[in-house]
Amino acid sequence: MSSVEELQKKIRQLENELEAEKQKNRQVIRQKISQMSSEVVDSNPYSRLMALKRMGIVDNYELLLFDYDKVELANMNRLFYQPHQSGIQGGLKAGQPVDLVLSCVDNFEARMAINTACNELGQIWIESGVSENAVSGHIQFVIPGETACFGCAPPLVVATKTDEKTLKREGVCAASLPTTMAVVAGFLDFFPTMSMKPNETCDDRHCIRRQAEYKKREAAKPKTEKLEVKEEEVVHEDNPFEIELVSETTCEESEAAEGSQIQLAEGLKVAYTVPAPENNSGSGDTVETSGQSLDDLMAQMKSL
Amino acid sequence: MVDEATKKSLAQIPLLKTKAGPRDGELWVGRLKEEYQSLIKNNKDSDNDWFRLESNKEGTRWFGKCWYFHNLLKGGKICLTDHFKPLWARNVPKFGIAHAMSLGLGPWLAVEIPDLVDKGIITHKAKEEAAA
Repeated sequence: MSSVEELQKKIRQLENELEAEKQKNRQVIRQKISQMSSEVVDSNPYSRLMALKRMGIVDNYELLLFDYDKVELANMNRLFYQPHQSGIQGGLKAGQPVDLVLSCVDNFEARMAINTACNELGQIWIESGVSENAVSGHIQFVIPGETACFGCAPPLVVATKTDEKTLKREGVCAASLPTTMAVVAGFLDFFPTMSMKPNETCDDRHCIRRQAEYKKREAAKPKTEKLEVKEEEVVHEDNPFEIELVSETTCEESEAAEGSQIQLAEGLKVAYTVPAPENNSGSGDTVETSGQSLDDLMAQMKSL
Repeated sequence: MVDEATKKSLAQIPLLKTKAGPRDGELWVGRLKEEYQSLIKNNKDSDNDWFRLESNKEGTRWFGKCWYFHNLLKGGKICLTDHFKPLWARNVPKFGIAHAMSLGLGPWLAVEIPDLVDKGIITHKAKEEAAA
């Protein structure tokens, strides 16, 4: 049987050991860096973020990051996190307007959410993405109303409302895509660019509103004088059989079938037309919009 | 994926028309009216009357009660993320809250309740009282 002193000694020893263990696990917290520096040294976590400034593309800028994802172990090779930080919530928040929004998301639903918000706010943004096989991708600069929004010419899965999970491939690690992309980009020297007009039949009503605003702004601008080039009508010298070209369908008929036509530049025509929107008023399976107010309906619901 | 019983109850719920969200002002009020009309129609139909819902004034928060008949098979079982969500996405804006209850909550209950009963996590109240 050990004496009380011996036991107390044992306790002290154990306490010391515990303290030493605790000390080992204590993390050194880096002080907040007040000024982001573009200097490339291992102690500066911002050097990659500041690459644009270093390249002389931008003068001085502030970057706000929004990331509601949890930091995962698979992120470690690309992001400025260390393994012990996995599981923490990343991101900063801000309420003030920004000059440019950069979309860095990995699915179409999130892209459409950004698109909807930016159309509503009239916020300029850049959308970018890479295909699941990492050999193609796109970068789209969106000025709401002026250039096509993401919903104006949506990818097939979005347009057909297919579940985008069907795109995911077994055995493809999304986290390794940047590496593959970088290698592929090294081989390619093909990067076509084009300008895309907004779609007049875009599903997003804020996009339509922005388009109208843009048209108004353009119309208000002072017009530059245009030289009019008169084209002479082609009239054949003789037409003894009085042959004329007549359309099989009248303008009204085609409009009823295909909806209103988009105004295209001369010589262009659309390959596909969208059927005119169905008039639902005739079918009985939709809700009837009676004159009841919302309060009436709420009360009716309660009384059931 | 969707069985005949679900299809039948689904067909009885009137479809909605307005595509709008809570940020869309007057359009949202219209949508909300449609939601209420659709729910009222659904609850008046005795076969489909298994839940009660009400919302705040803005229609952004909904709360209520639902009833489930254990061991009385009604409707199929589907997974919310794999089955319900894509089905819902394909049917914007026609599907409303009543459809979500019928296609989402109903089948979800059909999966979860028997499981909870089997594990003994929930018990029947009336039986409990009788035993006590």
